Amino acid sequence: MIGYLSYFKVRLIAGLQYKVSAIAGLATAFFWAIMFCCIYGAFYSNATIPDMSFKAIITYTWLKQAFLSLTYMNDRDSEILNSITDGTVAYELARPYNLFSWWYIKILAHKFSAAFLKFLPVILVGLIMPKPYNLSLPNSFPSFILFVISLILGAVLLCGILMIIHSIAFFTINHKGIFSISTNVMMLLSGFVIPIPLLPNIVQKLTFYLPFRLLSDSSYRIYSGNINIPDAIFDIKLQLIWIVIIIVIGYLIMNKALKKVSVQGG
Amino acid sequence: MIEVKHLCKTFRVLKRKGGIRATLKTFIKRDYTYIKAVDDVSFSIKKGEIVGYIGPNGAGKSTTIKMLTGILNPDSGSVRVGGIDPFKDRKKYVKNIGVVFGQKSQLWWDIPVIDSFNLLRDIYKIDKEEYEKNLNELVSLLKLENIINTPVRQLSLGQRMKCELVASLLHSPSILFLDEPTIGLDAVSKVALRKFIKDINQRKQVTIILTTHDMSDIEALSNRVIVIGKGKKLYDGSLSKLKKDFGNSKILEIIYNKLDKIPEGIDVIKKTNNSILINIGDNSSSDIIAKFVKVCEVKDINIYEDNIDNIILKLYKEYNL
Repeated sequence: MIGYLSYFKVRLIAGLQYKVSAIAGLATAFFWAIMFCCIYGAFYSNATIPDMSFKAIITYTWLKQAFLSLTYMNDRDSEILNSITDGTVAYELARPYNLFSWWYIKILAHKFSAAFLKFLPVILVGLIMPKPYNLSLPNSFPSFILFVISLILGAVLLCGILMIIHSIAFFTINHKGIFSISTNVMMLLSGFVIPIPLLPNIVQKLTFYLPFRLLSDSSYRIYSGNINIPDAIFDIKLQLIWIVIIIVIGYLIMNKALKKVSVQGG
Repeated sequence: MIEVKHLCKTFRVLKRKGGIRATLKTFIKRDYTYIKAVDDVSFSIKKGEIVGYIGPNGAGKSTTIKMLTGILNPDSGSVRVGGIDPFKDRKKYVKNIGVVFGQKSQLWWDIPVIDSFNLLRDIYKIDKEEYEKNLNELVSLLKLENIINTPVRQLSLGQRMKCELVASLLHSPSILFLDEPTIGLDAVSKVALRKFIKDINQRKQVTIILTTHDMSDIEALSNRVIVIGKGKKLYDGSLSKLKKDFGNSKILEIIYNKLDKIPEGIDVIKKTNNSILINIGDNSSSDIIAKFVKVCEVKDINIYEDNIDNIILKLYKEYNL
């Protein structure tokens, strides 16, 4: 266990080295946040959407940009994928750790370190933006606490899903196909492209039973009070169940892959 | 300590001709060829030995090493290391071995070397005192004091390889697998690395299994060699016996101004305008020189002893590899 913990720490510190990437990420975040504020502004001025208030959606937009790295689906770990293609995975197999947990921690640490560098400036700018395009304060103190828990669990769940995708890469010659398909489907069904309350009713129903809305959509809506406290607690319970299911599936796929692994040449 | 019995491993390789038609055909029917990478190999290695495991590219060296380290599952046959089956008991087994693959890196490229070492300490749960002792000893043996605070990405290949060796020895393994450890290194680094490996073997009685294409590695390090080719074991024994059996010939070079006719009864390897290479074989070199002195003006002579590379080449030729 101590090995996994110190690996998490090392990866976290290593991730904090990428400062230029963070600055570039910040610029993109501001651009997207302001653009979406304008789009939703235009949209809401001519329509009333009973499922989500304008205030809630602007808050949603700013939070989404602040925690983008934490919740971004199309996140490939090129080191893991390369180690599969070029056989460096052999080294990992000659170590006394469980490879699934090891890579899981690597991806998780990467997400947290990337988000850590970026979230604060975006939140601050969001708070000082002119009304009504500003990030509002949390609906209530309990909503805020539940938002933090749900956001962290969302990242834990996302890393589990990413591990499944990385494990499937073991079976394919090139990982691009599986990533393109799965991340696009996930982005749509998770509310990453458009918040779930703005999707057609039938799609909303479908997404309710899938794990993807629990990756971030639920968290941002808990923050603004769009999801009330009892529903928020229900969602967090659901997150925990999904985390167990997803991790067991990923673990089994990975074990199957490792049994078949044949590191050739070199 | 290491017991390998009738070890076999077959790889399935997709067979596909070039071109569009052949590629489309694979959608319907796939042809595979089966390559026996390791074919009925048996040997045993005692504690504290240094064994050179050599063979041409694609002979099955790395595959054997990967089965010995528990990375690959053998198709048939058995590997037992100190009574443990490496593949089945992988997590328990790997605590006891160190591995260096010359073509790959086990250090984390974006953090300083010392952080990699500290991480390995936590992974292997090395006792703090033992870790400090091992680290200090290894670092001073290889004179790495100045570079352990540098990120791995900024090290030269020679420096990195030294750090890789330290990384593989921190947890005091009883067996060390070195897969082409000197690949790409310059002469100075090679010598330093060899000296270190020999030192470690003698100090700590670490069993070392070494694969390499550089025969001088083997010459400097190991007394015992196992030669493998096309998956089969060709030779297992001392290096000196291998030399005796396959390397008894000497080569004579004669340099002259002009030579009209080569004397009879001479085994010529190569002739140029002003020099000739002769396989001495069972003849005496003075007889050959005497014959040449009669027909031309000899300017200089050189005698070469067969080196280990030629011996291995002969061995490969003998088995048609």
